Amino acid sequence: MNKNKSGQVVLNAPYLLWSVLFIIVPLIFVVYYAFTTADGQFTFENITTFFTSRDYMYVFCMSMLYALIATVICLLLSYPFAYCMSKTSASVQGMLMLLVMLPMLMNLVVRTYSWRQILERTGILNTFLESLGLPAVTFLGSAGTVIFGMVYNYLPFMILPIYSSISKVDKSLLEASSDLGCNVFGTIKRVILPLSIPGVLSGITMVFVPCVSTFYISRIFSEGRIVMIGDIIEEKFYRSGAPDYNIGATISLVLMLIIVISLAVVNNFSDNDEENSSGGIVI
Amino acid sequence: MSENIIELKNIRMSYDSNTVLDGVDLTIKNGEFVTFLGPSGCGKTTTLRIIAGFESQTDGDVFFEGKNINAVPPHKRHINTIFQRYALFPHLNVYDNVAFGLKVKNTPKSEINEKVSKMLEMVNLKGLERRKIDTLSGGQQQRVAIARAIINHPKVLLLDEPLSALDLKLRKDMQVELKALQKRTGITFIFVTHDQEEALSMSDTVVVMDKGRIQQIGSPADIYNEPENAFVADFIGESNIIDGIMRKDFLVEINRKQFTCLDSGFNLNEEVDVVIRPEDVDIVPPMNGMLEGQVTSVTFLGVHYEIIVDINNFKWMIQTTDKHEVGETVGLYIEPDAIHIMKKSEYSGTFGDYSSYSEELDEMNEESAEAQALEESADE
Repeated sequence: MNKNKSGQVVLNAPYLLWSVLFIIVPLIFVVYYAFTTADGQFTFENITTFFTSRDYMYVFCMSMLYALIATVICLLLSYPFAYCMSKTSASVQGMLMLLVMLPMLMNLVVRTYSWRQILERTGILNTFLESLGLPAVTFLGSAGTVIFGMVYNYLPFMILPIYSSISKVDKSLLEASSDLGCNVFGTIKRVILPLSIPGVLSGITMVFVPCVSTFYISRIFSEGRIVMIGDIIEEKFYRSGAPDYNIGATISLVLMLIIVISLAVVNNFSDNDEENSSGGIVI
Repeated sequence: MSENIIELKNIRMSYDSNTVLDGVDLTIKNGEFVTFLGPSGCGKTTTLRIIAGFESQTDGDVFFEGKNINAVPPHKRHINTIFQRYALFPHLNVYDNVAFGLKVKNTPKSEINEKVSKMLEMVNLKGLERRKIDTLSGGQQQRVAIARAIINHPKVLLLDEPLSALDLKLRKDMQVELKALQKRTGITFIFVTHDQEEALSMSDTVVVMDKGRIQQIGSPADIYNEPENAFVADFIGESNIIDGIMRKDFLVEINRKQFTCLDSGFNLNEEVDVVIRPEDVDIVPPMNGMLEGQVTSVTFLGVHYEIIVDINNFKWMIQTTDKHEVGETVGLYIEPDAIHIMKKSEYSGTFGDYSSYSEELDEMNEESAEAQALEESADE
């Protein structure tokens, strides 16, 4: 028993070390910077600065809104897709899965720049529109394009967990539902949907979190016109000449807390309402 | 209402080149308790699933109260199913599982309430309404599955090996309960099992299946006493199946000895399979016996001994309450009504000899004998 325990400690050690070095220590730094001045004095000033600044609050709220819209669009696109995908034959499922994953195998910068090429004023899409005699459209710089960029980049993170939880639903449950009088839509509503909630929640988490803190996509797709909270954090840390670690850390901390709270609320709702045992990636 | 609730006409089913059902014809009367009995892979579950509508037959017709229902999807059939592993909804509690069918039909809430509590009382699950499915025992889950199906007042209830996951005693109790439930509700039950005892004890009619074909349809007593071929005789209970020749009506020859029997209508000198049940043979002193053989094995089974007697290299099984010793020479006495004659079939010669209980052991023995022979020849 004792020997077993010490063996376990040895096995756990690398992961423990990893967690401490790369998760706990950085977090401590974030908290430290958030509550100190540039010369290391303890202060609440960063927090008050953030919450009283109209600009910060505006950007913060807009970021949440953009992320929310992108997440909802991802969900609406992904669920039907994942459902249909789970209904196809095994070989088709494999192919669709590969197609979904394919963009993720490409570097984010390459991906984003490719889309720029397509969406530019003189890009492929506009050339095509003009060849049809239609007026050119200024895609870059609009909120729609930024949201499109988020949806495009994070869609796979919504599809995969939903697909995984739908395909884990026992086929005999679908037969039972049909046996008890449900048509296809009734079965989706009464059986598949409730049983795939864990996958939906994973998907929401995995899309909303990176969307709300994204900085690169919004900058490229809006040509710097739409500023997200992630852009501000990046700017605070990297601003040439005068980086402001303290306010940057403060914004990071607030963002993190808000995300954690909102996820806790979402997950708690699901615990009380639908105690599910099947599917989904647990976060 | 027509008397025949379900009719199957020449049902064929194949996946790719694999034939699962090979021309099944069956008529099921309203209110009957019918059992599909057979080994795994015989097509019994496929037949059930075709009746439920979960699978479409490759060929043939299914009639429900005289109407062809080939194209009717499962949710529009007046048929409910109890699944092998119950298929209860894990996201719903006991109450909501049972209420599922009524809710789909938009039944008023008060009516659902009343029916569900009545149904739960009937299956002895009162007070467990709010329990999660995964906190229930196997027997309780079984009852939820029954309640969930019966509450819809189906005209036919399909049961796909519903008792196979339960332990022996509980299974016996559930057999009695299901039979009583069927009597009380008058619903036609179609029950699938590979357990012959279960089939005999519960059914009005037993349908014995093998290799995608119906081998025999009859009452439990018919199936046991008058098996149609060696497969049925072997599958339902234990039986010695011996080659015989019909010398004339009511006279069969086994082991060059003639026996009076109760069967007639065969050709003169027709080769037949003779079934003699182990409990119908009496062991007597050799001089009083009709056949003579040596005891090769004696097994005590509580109610009786199972004795294997070797007669001309054919091993007979005999069940008796008298003790005998291995190596003893004994006589066998067989009454005319203990003898049942069957026509020769594709199954002749494959069943009914008790050298071993399973074909697998026979094959293993043959293989090891061959291996030994090879080794010996290698040694030389």
